[in-house]
Amino acid sequence: MDMNAYLSMFIDESNDHLQALNENLLKLEGDPNDISIVQVIFRSAHTLKGMSATMGFEDLASLTHEMENVLDLVRNSKLSMDSFIFDTLFKGLDALEAMVQDVVEGGTGKADVSAINAALQSIVKGDYKNKSAGEAASAASGTADAVTGNSGGGLLDIFQHSVLKQSIEAGNQVYYIQVTLRESCVLKAARAYMVFDILENNGEVIKSEPSVQDLEQEKFDRSFVVFMISATQAEVLKSQIEGVSEIELADVVLLDAESLQLYAPTAEARVQPAAPSPSAPASREVAKKETTEAKAQASAGAVAVNRTIRVDIDRLDSLMNLFSELLIDRVRLEQLSSEIKRSDLIETVEHMARVSTDLQDLVLKLRMVPVESVFNRFPRMVRDIAKQLDKKIDLIVTGAETELDRTVIEEIGDPLVHLLRNSLDHGVETPADRIAAGKSETGTVHLRAYHSGNHVFIEVEDDGNGIDGAKVSRIAVKNGVLTEEEAKRLTEEQMQMLIFAAGFSTADKISDISGRGVGLDVVKSKITSLGGHVTIRSKQGQGTVFSIQLPLTLSIISAMLIKMGDEKYAIPLSSIVETGIVQRDQIATIHGNQMIEFRGSVIPVVSLGRVLNVPGYREEDETENEIVVIRKGDKLAALIVDSFIGQSEIVLKSLGKYLPSIKSISGATILGDGQVALIIDPNAFIK
Amino acid sequence: MAEELKVIVFALGQEEYGIEVDKVRTIERIQPITRVPKAPSFIKGVINLRGVVIPVIDLRGRFGLEETVTTENSRIIIVAANELEVGFIVDSANDVIDIDAESIDSPPEVVGGIKAKYLHGIAKIGEKRLLVMLNLSEVLNRKEIMQLEQLEV
Repeated sequence: MDMNAYLSMFIDESNDHLQALNENLLKLEGDPNDISIVQVIFRSAHTLKGMSATMGFEDLASLTHEMENVLDLVRNSKLSMDSFIFDTLFKGLDALEAMVQDVVEGGTGKADVSAINAALQSIVKGDYKNKSAGEAASAASGTADAVTGNSGGGLLDIFQHSVLKQSIEAGNQVYYIQVTLRESCVLKAARAYMVFDILENNGEVIKSEPSVQDLEQEKFDRSFVVFMISATQAEVLKSQIEGVSEIELADVVLLDAESLQLYAPTAEARVQPAAPSPSAPASREVAKKETTEAKAQASAGAVAVNRTIRVDIDRLDSLMNLFSELLIDRVRLEQLSSEIKRSDLIETVEHMARVSTDLQDLVLKLRMVPVESVFNRFPRMVRDIAKQLDKKIDLIVTGAETELDRTVIEEIGDPLVHLLRNSLDHGVETPADRIAAGKSETGTVHLRAYHSGNHVFIEVEDDGNGIDGAKVSRIAVKNGVLTEEEAKRLTEEQMQMLIFAAGFSTADKISDISGRGVGLDVVKSKITSLGGHVTIRSKQGQGTVFSIQLPLTLSIISAMLIKMGDEKYAIPLSSIVETGIVQRDQIATIHGNQMIEFRGSVIPVVSLGRVLNVPGYREEDETENEIVVIRKGDKLAALIVDSFIGQSEIVLKSLGKYLPSIKSISGATILGDGQVALIIDPNAFIK
Repeated sequence: MAEELKVIVFALGQEEYGIEVDKVRTIERIQPITRVPKAPSFIKGVINLRGVVIPVIDLRGRFGLEETVTTENSRIIIVAANELEVGFIVDSANDVIDIDAESIDSPPEVVGGIKAKYLHGIAKIGEKRLLVMLNLSEVLNRKEIMQLEQLEV
């Protein structure tokens, strides 16, 4: 029963609860009168408090306790929410998050929460409006602490008691369980552990006497006492515990508010564990009556349990790496078997190839995470920023369930923060401006994610002022991003793209939200490094859409292998439109650029051999040239290649840190014969 | 007793050079190297070292010496320094010796045409043998590649 074993579970669950609190508080802020949301919030806070108290994180518990008190009043309609209460609760949440983060980093989760506690207490007392609250509240909390300190006669401390009391009030079943081991029992700690295992499967253990550590070290006689909250029926619990071998007796008593008082910290007489609680028989009868109902509840609960396990990320990564190795061997085997030409070998290899394709799908799926984990912190961020900027903004999130590779998820957060801030600060206008422009006072920012082909798109759309291309290019010229001559030749779209140039900012005023001129260029380079790209669609006066296109996965891609002289290269299949053959005389020269006609339009031709300085291959020597038509956005280009080898799944490898980054080469892969082939970056050929 | 250094000895032309053994990961035979377009000419390309792609540079080219064709004796020494892993093509690598740290003298301005900044010092072994100790972090200095880098498609 080492607490450390539960620590990771505690962290995961607290994060879940904090997230739920955050989301629901935001929801409540939109609709302050919806008591059902308060109920949900209250339950989250309550569970969090119970967990923290069990794990011994007292500051966490005391802060949630105070927040819970406020919520309790709200939910009983004794208090109505106002912006002061919301802000205080949000501050409390931030403090909770900081504490949990501290625990994650191996800290003790301690923090000075007295200021927030005092504010919360003043809300409870209702005197927060006349400001003198601070001292009064802290004095009050001082006395409360003293009370806790002096008592200690009871089995329960003040938190545990209030946790239990509130769950009784909330209609949950609270049990006092006394477990007695057989005299002959040898493995006392092990038996206690098994009992705890059962209890924790059935509910939440609030308190055990002797403590869990003592139980673990066999520092107890023959019996121990546990207070727990459980939905399971008393009889069931009893029979389950007694099912553990060497358990002599399990006394399960349902507590009500009155009987709980006996164990309260202020109780003068310490209840002897041996003496059964006086109210026990009565409660048992009540319990019996509820049997059917409880059973129905229990079975319903069992079905809803999600069968998942949490896996260490490092293990997934090494699984992925091992699979990559396997894939390289598979390609090698395929090659060998086609050389050896033995039918049973070919069959076996083909079967292996099929299995490994399935395995690949599975491994890749394991690494997929819904973008929700990134998106869910944005509603709160948008709320805070909108408040700071005095703007009214609705954030509408869609497609949060869209899945992306974990590596992409980890990296995409910051660029999205930048884009959202940019939209809030520069995109959406102030309410006054919006009304003047004939728009609704509240601006709308859409954050959406969706799949399309082999890519995931994430878009940030605002209905603000749009981007003024002319203004952007003027500033770009002024800031030396480009010359006036160059600026004149730009299309509107190209002008808008200038906001991604390094050292650029269109904001007239520099604010701390955005507008330092760093940010958008960082966004672009980050997304490019993830193998994606950003585009802008903006209409002046109507709004802007930033669209990020990302690859589904970063580790294994389908590619077309081609030959250039003696060298082999890979071109990602996702950017290939089609392959074909053109006659040399079909290639026309227009303005010094080679072009061909392709399906009714004229597209540029890029000589890959010349770009890559391939020795020993001259496309001019052939009468027909193989071409690969590639696409970036809606632009096409044709690459002249020597010959096609075929399609293959390739594992992306980096070229290492030593080599300078080379335009037109995005990475390397290892082919079946063990040789390295470079991966061509089609985006480099289309401007 | 002075501090002893274990070094790998390799040859470039007539000279013998040394690299501290703890900087060397493995020594490989010459294997097919994939050319990397537009890289500086002394970067011969990349190899597959048990699933990891590693750039290989020709030390002769790096030091501005005349490049020769590889022979049966040529080796690729994989070194790891400054979080970089790089292979050096050398004419041969055939010895591991202990040298006395105190016997390393600071290098003269030019040794066999190699700039002194690439050298850590000269170690004297026995009567006649001289060993040139490489200054790995300078040899692997990326700033120079950046300057050499030829830009644009």
